[in-house]
Amino acid sequence: MTDATATGRRLPNRLDNPFKSAVLSWESLLVLVALGIFIANSFASPYFLNAWSLSDLTFNFTEKGLIALAMALVIISGEIDLSVASIIALASTLMGLALQYGADTPTLVAVGVGVGILCGAFNGFLVTGLKLPSIVVTIGTMSLFRGIAFIILGDQSFKGYPASFSWFGQGYVFWVISFEVVLFLVAAVIFYVLLHRTNFGRRVFAIGNNATAARFSGVRVDRIKFVLFCLTGLMSGIAAILLTARLGSTRPSIAEGFELDVVTMVVLGGVSILGGAGSIIGVVLAALIIGLVTFGLGLLNVPGIVMTIFTGSLLIVVIALPILFRMIRERRA
Amino acid sequence: MTDPILTLSGISKSFPGVRALHDVSLELYPGQVTALIGENGAGKSTLVKTMTGIYQPEAGEIRVGGKLVTLPTAISASEAGITAIHQETVLFDELSVAENIYLGHAPKNRFGLIDWGRMRREAQETLDSMAAGIDAGMPLKELGIAKKHLVAVARALSVDAQVVIMDEPTAALSQKEIEELYVLVELLKKDGKAILFISHKFDEIYRIADRYTVFRDGEQVGKGFIKDTPQAEIVKLMVGRSVEQIFPAREATIGDTVLEVTGLSHPTEFDNVSFSVKKGEILGFYGLVGAGRSEVMQAVFGMTKPSAGTMVLEGQTIAPNSPADAVSAGIVYVPEERGKQGVITGEPIFKNVSLPSLDKTSRSGFLRMAEEFALARTYTERLDLRASSLSQNVSTLSGGNQQKVVIAKWLATLPKVIILDEPTKGIDIGSKAAVHEFMGELVAQGLSVIMVSSELPEVLGMSDRIVVMREGLVVDTLENNNLQPETLVSLAAGIVEEKAA
Amino acid sequence: MNRLLKSRELWLALAILAVIVLVTLRFPRFSQPGNLLTIFNDTSILMMLALGQMAVILTRSIDLSMASNLALTGMLVAMTNAAFPFIPIPLLIAGCVLVGAALGAFNGILVWKLDIPPIVVTLGTLTIFRGLVFVVSGGAWVNAAQMSTDFIQLQRGTFLGLPILSWFAIVVAALVYVLMTRTPWGRAFYAIGVNPTASVYTGINVGRTKFLAFVLSGAISGLCGYLWISRYVIASVEVAGGYELTIVAACVIGGVSIAGGIGTVGGALLGALFLGVVNNALPVIGVSPFWQMAISGAAILLAVVLNARGERSKGRIILKKAEVAA
Repeated sequence: MTDATATGRRLPNRLDNPFKSAVLSWESLLVLVALGIFIANSFASPYFLNAWSLSDLTFNFTEKGLIALAMALVIISGEIDLSVASIIALASTLMGLALQYGADTPTLVAVGVGVGILCGAFNGFLVTGLKLPSIVVTIGTMSLFRGIAFIILGDQSFKGYPASFSWFGQGYVFWVISFEVVLFLVAAVIFYVLLHRTNFGRRVFAIGNNATAARFSGVRVDRIKFVLFCLTGLMSGIAAILLTARLGSTRPSIAEGFELDVVTMVVLGGVSILGGAGSIIGVVLAALIIGLVTFGLGLLNVPGIVMTIFTGSLLIVVIALPILFRMIRERRA
Repeated sequence: MTDPILTLSGISKSFPGVRALHDVSLELYPGQVTALIGENGAGKSTLVKTMTGIYQPEAGEIRVGGKLVTLPTAISASEAGITAIHQETVLFDELSVAENIYLGHAPKNRFGLIDWGRMRREAQETLDSMAAGIDAGMPLKELGIAKKHLVAVARALSVDAQVVIMDEPTAALSQKEIEELYVLVELLKKDGKAILFISHKFDEIYRIADRYTVFRDGEQVGKGFIKDTPQAEIVKLMVGRSVEQIFPAREATIGDTVLEVTGLSHPTEFDNVSFSVKKGEILGFYGLVGAGRSEVMQAVFGMTKPSAGTMVLEGQTIAPNSPADAVSAGIVYVPEERGKQGVITGEPIFKNVSLPSLDKTSRSGFLRMAEEFALARTYTERLDLRASSLSQNVSTLSGGNQQKVVIAKWLATLPKVIILDEPTKGIDIGSKAAVHEFMGELVAQGLSVIMVSSELPEVLGMSDRIVVMREGLVVDTLENNNLQPETLVSLAAGIVEEKAA
Repeated sequence: MNRLLKSRELWLALAILAVIVLVTLRFPRFSQPGNLLTIFNDTSILMMLALGQMAVILTRSIDLSMASNLALTGMLVAMTNAAFPFIPIPLLIAGCVLVGAALGAFNGILVWKLDIPPIVVTLGTLTIFRGLVFVVSGGAWVNAAQMSTDFIQLQRGTFLGLPILSWFAIVVAALVYVLMTRTPWGRAFYAIGVNPTASVYTGINVGRTKFLAFVLSGAISGLCGYLWISRYVIASVEVAGGYELTIVAACVIGGVSIAGGIGTVGGALLGALFLGVVNNALPVIGVSPFWQMAISGAAILLAVVLNARGERSKGRIILKKAEVAA
């Protein structure tokens, strides 16, 4: 978009070719990886390439993916929220409790969402109000929230969710397209616009890059960070609804380990753990990749615990490879 | 004439796209102070880093005491007897003074374990020999910046350095502390150490240096004895041309009071600060570093909360709780620390410029890039920003151009009052003049400018009125009519009797 | 100064004492020496692990893989002992330490040479190591019947009235203390946590120091692998599941700052002991174990608030009168 006028030096908007940057980007790498795994899965198992199978695949990543969308913003802003899985546990437990008191589906949804936002607000208050580091705060609330769930439920479980509620986790909108996947895609679009097309998103990037300079530039840093934690809380609440509906029951140990998968999705998606950079497209692709990997391995009857070796290695390899390539290139230069 | 203790010859060092040092030579003589003079970007800090083993030169040799040495690591420079005291104290706040002095070369007992007792004793001896008045067992973070510098000097003495490099050591010191530092320099000289003294302040250079060497654009362009060389000649070498510090004639008409601050106080930083700024006026805030001026400005800007006081802007009382409030009221602040507070270095120019103005360039909260580029172009062109495109990353710009980005960002918000905190600190002479000229234009258009500055020529050359602060209090407010520098310095330092500095 | 330092550990020690006293008021047997020693013994493994984590956190890093490291080395040593019961236990212990150190070195190399943020590296190895437990064991357990007598009994023997397990903790604590306070490497941990750029000027290699911190935490994890397995006489995939957060909690409660550069051996030990005392007290006073998680969560949050209070520097003191008052 160069502007050539006769008045001499006029700063062009950009020098690089936007198309070229897009092609050589992290997201392109992820697309290739996703395609590669998709193809590998098709060869590895005859059960893979059919519509219902692919639909089942989506359940592997939609709940975590929903949280990853919000977690991406938190990490871009320079913070982290490790309590998301525990928020799911607490939300699910309180929904189960409400169920015992005869709550109907709309009320259950309200409880789930409400608990999520409240937990997020609590995190947000500790981080922005009391100015505490988010990593240890959310390690604390991670124990606290799930701990409360344990106090309420112990080693029991809540069952008996109404069909209208279960539909959220088990229902289909059209043919093989599940409600969960539709919700995830809608949320992905909303978060994409929020992060990349609004003032709010621009400010989130600024905060992650340099919170001090952002504050000096008039950005309401604390307010925005507070909202971000409420968002992860909200998405965790929504994920709790979907997960509980899908499983049909609530135990305090629900969603154990989810937070690590969510962070893996975000980091794999190209969001820098140090803040200030990343894109929603990358996160969506990463969620898809993790879903493909776990589903494919599941079809091969690989035990869950071994699957985690793959996701763990994937995380390290995908982060390390560009650095290695750069080092080799520099050594040759 | 003695032989130099340290000789650099033919030193060259490049980075991708930049030739930082080219065929440079330097000699340092024991018992003498050599001043290293040069504008920003001339290669001074690269040279220091090469001498202390942080960088490896691509060409040339370094000789200590006549013997060829290579300095592959920082510790090898230390072992060769070369040590540096930097601008920002490179010390460890959480550790004790003694450990700071001995980190990396702690005395050990016969088991190879650190001997804390001996460390503390020897540290105390060194400190006492400097008459520092510091207890070696204290945590470093409890010391003020001047005392921290002394600890850095103690560290230099403890490693028995032969060459001591001092990089702008008086930048953050009060007049009294500067005098104490000069005494230390004399001590080091008497001890036979060779001192490389980097400074921008000519009065300082002419006070303590024996020799000088001038760098420009990565090359050594001159050297000699201080007593044989007039200041103007050194400036010419530095800049490559004769320069008289010209400040723009101000054509602004000064109008009514725009901002009135009364009784502004803070529990620990300042007390009962009152001042006013008129339309079209440049109000200078002078004082020693640490006088509390930036703190006052940050309270005016809403960054910190004052404990008392009122602010009236164009007749309306305001009490900004955050910079965002101040900006919407029309007060903007260009901070002292450009890289940390002024610009977002990871982002491109246009994003930096549009950040406070997003509500204006966007529609219903949605970004409109075309508007942002237009806004950025308008204001960066007014400031004659040198860059290759608006999408260029701010981190790759020079200090002067980064400052222009910060100013552009604020001008775009159409402020009423613009506060500049040390606006030309660390900027080359050419950009300095540009910023000063621009300030003149701003007030001509009816803005009000508050300029916090520690540079006497700048304060005297630019201000219509000057507020002097000392230790958190306003000492006096003066009209800039034939004001003598000595008056300002005396007020700022609290010197009551007439005394030649 | 020293005052400040003592006060953090002092308060923590007082808090532990307070808990003991309060519980004893209702249940006098709680503070019987035998019981207190049991608590110490029960907490020994956590104390050692907290020390390893502290070393890492001091360098502005974090090690989330310690529990998985423990599980993997534990499984390996258990399987070795089951297959070759004649191998002397000290040799097995040495092997554990080496394997654990190697696993830690893997973390360390990625942080040092590839500059990958430690949280990302250890998030990855957390799952990789634990997955490997399954791979080496095929999902099977190793139980008491398969372990040799020496294997099980070593830590249960006593010396001067204390179980050997407690002695392990004491020795490791002493060694780490000497390392941290009396060796240049240990001081380097603190230095790079306080000011990494300045550390370079004093000749410290930041990357290598971080690497060493991970090797140390890995070695301790390896040692605790043996101790955990022989204490609970079971080796399985679930060993120490989720324990990584308990370890970090012990450090946080012990005053180790997540920002790096601040933390003491005493603090880490007391942090672990606090958790140990509380966990032991809960069943005694009849609180269901389901309360444990929430209580440690609350304790962490409280500790973080208190840590922050202590670390916060009170703005610049410019006014003379404020200086006098301060």
